[in-house]
Amino acid sequence: MAVKTIIQALRDTMFEEMRRDERIVVLGEDVGVRGGVFRATQGLIEEFGPERVIDAPLAELSIVAVGIGLAFNGMRPIAEIQFADFIHPAFNQIVNEAARVRYRSNGDWTCPLVIRTPYGGGISGGLYHSQSVEAFFAHVPGLYVFAPSTPADMAGMLRTALRLEDPVLFLEHKKTYRLIKGEVPEEPFLVPVGKARVARQGDDVTVIAYGLMFHEAMKAAEELEGEGIRVEVIDLRTLHPLDKETILRSVEKTGKVVIVHEDNRTGGLGGEIAAIIAEEAFEWLDGPIVRVAGPDIPAVPYSRPMEHFFMPNAAKIAAAIRDLAAY
Amino acid sequence: MATEVIMPQLGESVVEGTIGRWLVAEGEEVKQYQPLLEVVTDKVDAEVPAPASGVLLKILVPEGQTVAVGTVLAYIGQPGEALPKRPDSVPTSRPGPEPKVTKKTTARGDGRERGKPQGRRRITPVVARIAAEHGIDLNTAPIQGTGRGGRITKKDILAYVERMKAAPAREAVEELPPWEQPGTGELFRPTEEVGAPPPPEQAAPPPPLPSPSPERAAPSPPPPSSAGEVIPLTRMRKAIAEHMVHSKRTAPHVTTVMEADMSRIVAYRERWQAEFRRREGIRLTFTPFFVRAVVEGLKAVPQVNSSFTDDGILLHRQIHIGIAVALEDGLIVPVIRDADRLSLSGLQRAVTDLAERARSKQLRPDEVQGATFTITNHGVSGSLFATPIINQPNVGILGIGAIQKRPVVVTVEGVDSIAIKPMCYLSFTFDHRVLDGAVADRFLAKVVEVLEHWS
Repeated sequence: MAVKTIIQALRDTMFEEMRRDERIVVLGEDVGVRGGVFRATQGLIEEFGPERVIDAPLAELSIVAVGIGLAFNGMRPIAEIQFADFIHPAFNQIVNEAARVRYRSNGDWTCPLVIRTPYGGGISGGLYHSQSVEAFFAHVPGLYVFAPSTPADMAGMLRTALRLEDPVLFLEHKKTYRLIKGEVPEEPFLVPVGKARVARQGDDVTVIAYGLMFHEAMKAAEELEGEGIRVEVIDLRTLHPLDKETILRSVEKTGKVVIVHEDNRTGGLGGEIAAIIAEEAFEWLDGPIVRVAGPDIPAVPYSRPMEHFFMPNAAKIAAAIRDLAAY
Repeated sequence: MATEVIMPQLGESVVEGTIGRWLVAEGEEVKQYQPLLEVVTDKVDAEVPAPASGVLLKILVPEGQTVAVGTVLAYIGQPGEALPKRPDSVPTSRPGPEPKVTKKTTARGDGRERGKPQGRRRITPVVARIAAEHGIDLNTAPIQGTGRGGRITKKDILAYVERMKAAPAREAVEELPPWEQPGTGELFRPTEEVGAPPPPEQAAPPPPLPSPSPERAAPSPPPPSSAGEVIPLTRMRKAIAEHMVHSKRTAPHVTTVMEADMSRIVAYRERWQAEFRRREGIRLTFTPFFVRAVVEGLKAVPQVNSSFTDDGILLHRQIHIGIAVALEDGLIVPVIRDADRLSLSGLQRAVTDLAERARSKQLRPDEVQGATFTITNHGVSGSLFATPIINQPNVGILGIGAIQKRPVVVTVEGVDSIAIKPMCYLSFTFDHRVLDGAVADRFLAKVVEVLEHWS
C-alpha cells in the first residue's frame, strides 16, 4: 500500500486506466501541455500523446458536448471542467443530453462520459473558484454524482466511473488535493456505486458528510470522543444515488443526525437526506435532524475572515453535535 | 445620510489609535480626501483623509483620546442633517485575529427563533414507539429524563425498560409453558392495552349504589407519605383496577368448589406426551383438557355460556374460551374462538400460540375480545382453590387449582379404602343474577365428570 495525496491518487489512476484501456481520452482546459492547473494530468500527454490528451479551448459547453460525442462513438472520455464554477455553460449538455440519452433512445445509446471537476472553497479562491455544485446535479436522474473524500476512494471510484455506461459527475474537493493523504492499495480495485462508508462507529449521534467536510467531521468526532459523545461518521462517497440503507441503519442506531455540507443550506443535499430520514426513519428519531451548511450567501467570499465565516469546520460541527446530543 | 469618519487600521497588527490633532474644525467645510485629522499609533503617525465632501458636522472623539480601530470619530454631511443616535453597525475593516465562531451556525440554523412549548414533556418519535411497544404510560411511568429540559431520551426509556424487566424475580418455572406460570387468579381484559375498543357492554345498568359520591367511590387519598413509596399506575394496572371493580360491582359473585380426580388425564398425558411432541412440535399441557371439559360443561348447561342484559339472558351460540395469561406486570386474556370445534391438539396449538404471542405483545385486538367463558389457571402458583373475579360480560369463570396428590377415599364394590390420587379443586365463580347454585353445580359437575372419565 502506498500513501498518496488525493491528486497523486487521481493522477496515478488515470495513468493506469489509460494504459489499460485505449478508449480512454482526457480533454479539458490546460490538461495537456500544462499538466492541469492542479497537476492532476501531469505527464499524461507525454505518455499518451495529443490524440488522447486534448487541450481544449475555454469553452465548457463544447468540452462536455465533445465528450458526449466521443462517448457515443465508442470512446471513454474524461472531460475535465477546470473549476466546478465553470460548469454551468455545460449544464444543458449534461442534463438534457448526457443524462437523458439512455432514456430517450430506449437504451440504444448510452453515454459513458466522466466529467471530473474540482469544487469547494477554503483556498481563498473567491467567487469563481470555490463553488459547490452537487445540489444542481444530484437532482438529475440518469446522472451519477460521485464525491469521494479519501485518496483510496478517489482511485477506486474513478476506476468504477470509467467502467459505467452512464455519465458520472466526479467531484473533487480542491482543498483536499494536497491536504489529504491516505493509503491506496496497489492493485486496482473498484468501489461499488451508491455505497457510503461508515468511517467511524458510534452510538450517540450520526454525522453524514462528504468531501472536505468529511475530514472536518472526523476531527469533530475525535474531539467529542473526549467529552463522552460517541459520534458515528458516514462518508457518503456517492451523492447520487444516495446510500439510503447505510444512512437509515445508522439513524436507527443513534436516533440523532447531523448532516454537513459546505454548499449553501437552502436547497442543498442536506434537505434531501433529511427528508429521506424523516420519511423512512421517523420512529427512530430521538431529536430534530440538524444541518450544518454554508450560509445562504451568493458566493464563498474572497476575504479570509469572511471565507472563514462561510466554511463549516470542525468547531462548528462539534458545536452542533454537542447541542443535539444534549437534546 | 451623514458619512462616518472611522479610525483606520494603520498597520497589520495595530488595534487602536490616538487622535493627535483635528485639522478641520466642527462646522467647517471639507473636501473629500482633504487631510482631516492626524492619528498617532505605536507604529506610525499618519494623516487621515476625509472620506467625503461636506461639512464636518460633529467630532465624537477629542484630541488625545485613544480608541479602537473602527470607532466612529466624526460625521461629515450636509449642514442641518440629522445625525444617527449611535454609530451605524456596518462593519468596517476590522483587524487581523480570526472572528470567533458565531452562534448563528450552531444547531438551530441561521437566526431562527421559535417559541418552544413550555412545561410540556416533549416526546420524540422513538420514545413514543418504545413506550407503545412496552405498554408504558409516559404520563405516569417514573422515568428519569436526562435530555434537555428533563426530556425523556431514548436511552432513558430503554434503561427504564431494562429495570422493569429485571424487577420481578422470575421463579424457576422455565419448563412450564407461559400460560401455566403464576397468575393472581384475578382477571381483567386490558383492551386499552392492545388498542381494542372496549368490549360491547351487554351487562348491567349502572349499579344503584347508596354511595356518597356521584361517581364511583373514589379511593380515599393515601396517607401522607410517612412510610413507603408511591409507584405510579401503569396503564395496564389502571385497566385491571377498573375492570375488577366494575365486575364485582356489576355481578353478585358466588363461588362453588368441587374436586376432580385427575388420574386418567395424568396417565393419558404421560402416555401420549412424547408422541404428541413429536407430531405437533409443541408440548402437551393440562390446559387443553380443562378447556375440553369446560366446553362439554357449557354444552350440557348452556345457561353458563351467556351474558346478562337488561332485555334478558343472552345465550351465546358460539363457545369462545378466554384463557388468562400472566404477563410480567399484569394479565391478558386471549380467546380461543369456537373452542368446541377444536380437537385436543387443536386446542393445545391455539393455547400455545396465543400464550406466546401474549407474552411477546403480538396479540391482535380481536384476539382479546369476545370470550363467552373464561378459565384461569391459578393452580400453577400453588393455589388450591380461589374465588376468581368474573371476566365481564361472562356469567362465570372457572378457576383451576393445583393438581395435588392427596389421600382420598375410594369405594370399590362397597369396600372403602384410601388411595393416593392427583386431585384438583375447581373453583367456579358465577354471576348469581343469571345462575343459581343448582345450575352452577350442574355445570361444574359435568366438568368434573368429563375430567374424571377422560379417555
